[in-house]
Amino acid sequence: MSDFLLLFVSAAFVNNVVLVRYLGQCPFMGVSNRLDTAIGMSMAVVFVITLASAVTWLVQHWILNVYGLEYLQTIAFILVIATLVQLVEMFLQKSVPALYRALGIFLPLITTNCAVLGVAVLSIQNEYSFVETLVFAFSSSVGYGVALILMTGIRERLATAPVQVNLQGTPAALITACMLALAFLGFAGMVQ
Amino acid sequence: MGAWNEFTKGLWKEIPPFRLVLGLCPTLAVTTAAKNGLGMGLATTFVLVCSNVLISLLRNVIPRKVRIAAFIVVIASFVVIVELTMQAYFYPLYKILGLFIPLIVVNCIILGRAEAFASKNRLLPSIADGLGMGLGFTLSLTFLGAVREIIGNGTLFGNPILWDSFEPFSIMVKAPGAFLCLGVILGLMNWVSMRQQKKS
Repeated sequence: MSDFLLLFVSAAFVNNVVLVRYLGQCPFMGVSNRLDTAIGMSMAVVFVITLASAVTWLVQHWILNVYGLEYLQTIAFILVIATLVQLVEMFLQKSVPALYRALGIFLPLITTNCAVLGVAVLSIQNEYSFVETLVFAFSSSVGYGVALILMTGIRERLATAPVQVNLQGTPAALITACMLALAFLGFAGMVQ
Repeated sequence: MGAWNEFTKGLWKEIPPFRLVLGLCPTLAVTTAAKNGLGMGLATTFVLVCSNVLISLLRNVIPRKVRIAAFIVVIASFVVIVELTMQAYFYPLYKILGLFIPLIVVNCIILGRAEAFASKNRLLPSIADGLGMGLGFTLSLTFLGAVREIIGNGTLFGNPILWDSFEPFSIMVKAPGAFLCLGVILGLMNWVSMRQQKKS
């Protein structure tokens, strides 16, 4: 149990996907303007990353490794993820309309979030077991959500601040992200 | 003349990732040294040009509804080629870039050019567009890598260029330095553009 707890802290905070591993920057800069969209996006990311990592683990260990097709990993994973996102969208629309209304518009955007593919490839590279992959994917995506929501909180305050004209928009957002990354650097060394 | 314009627009007017803020992940992640930025830029350029060529040739064959999926398969195939080639011939660089080589697939610049340009234009302009955007991306990454390497490590392409007693700001080669550097460069570019506009 303590192993899983350490894995959680390590993946969510010490090696935060977006602020330490640099994954998923485009949505991080893109949707961090309003708190409600950021929360919706974070929930969708947690859902998709956990599901996609589980499925890609099965694909890697039951199909690619068995038939010696490891070199097809990139193509196979991206196709699996794109198809999965489509399926999830269709399933939610039919079966769980309430959840679909909350996550709906974010699902298509997630295919281009490189954190999904990144976490899937990382859990294969780190040679995690199936359960470890689930914990790793879940905690990484929770870390993504935490970072995204923190960033949005700061940017909402920053929107009313007098920022110099040439730094408005993306440059200011990047410098804010720098401060956040500095704060997350404080976790370094807590867990190996 | 048309192809030349398509080529040069990628070098200043629409230079990625500074003007088109796309493909931020590799931009921030691999630019810890100028050499890594250059390697990543060239790998991306190769994929960009090849996928632009193939998508431009196939633009009348691919059905509109599944075009994104088709583009992704084309791009992923070229990424695998790059991945295997680098593993065979440039192993040290392959180790450094690591995870970010397979992630070229989801670099929004490549899919963006496929969707916005190659799927609507003839072969020659598509090649020019891919080359221009790719070279622009390579230049940006090398520049960013050079700035971070000089401040964070006191070297350029691995050669020490600053005075001996220089104390490197090691934060610049870590994550916060990446964000700060890109933010400041974007701010400076906006400042230059604004001055140009005021003059004219």
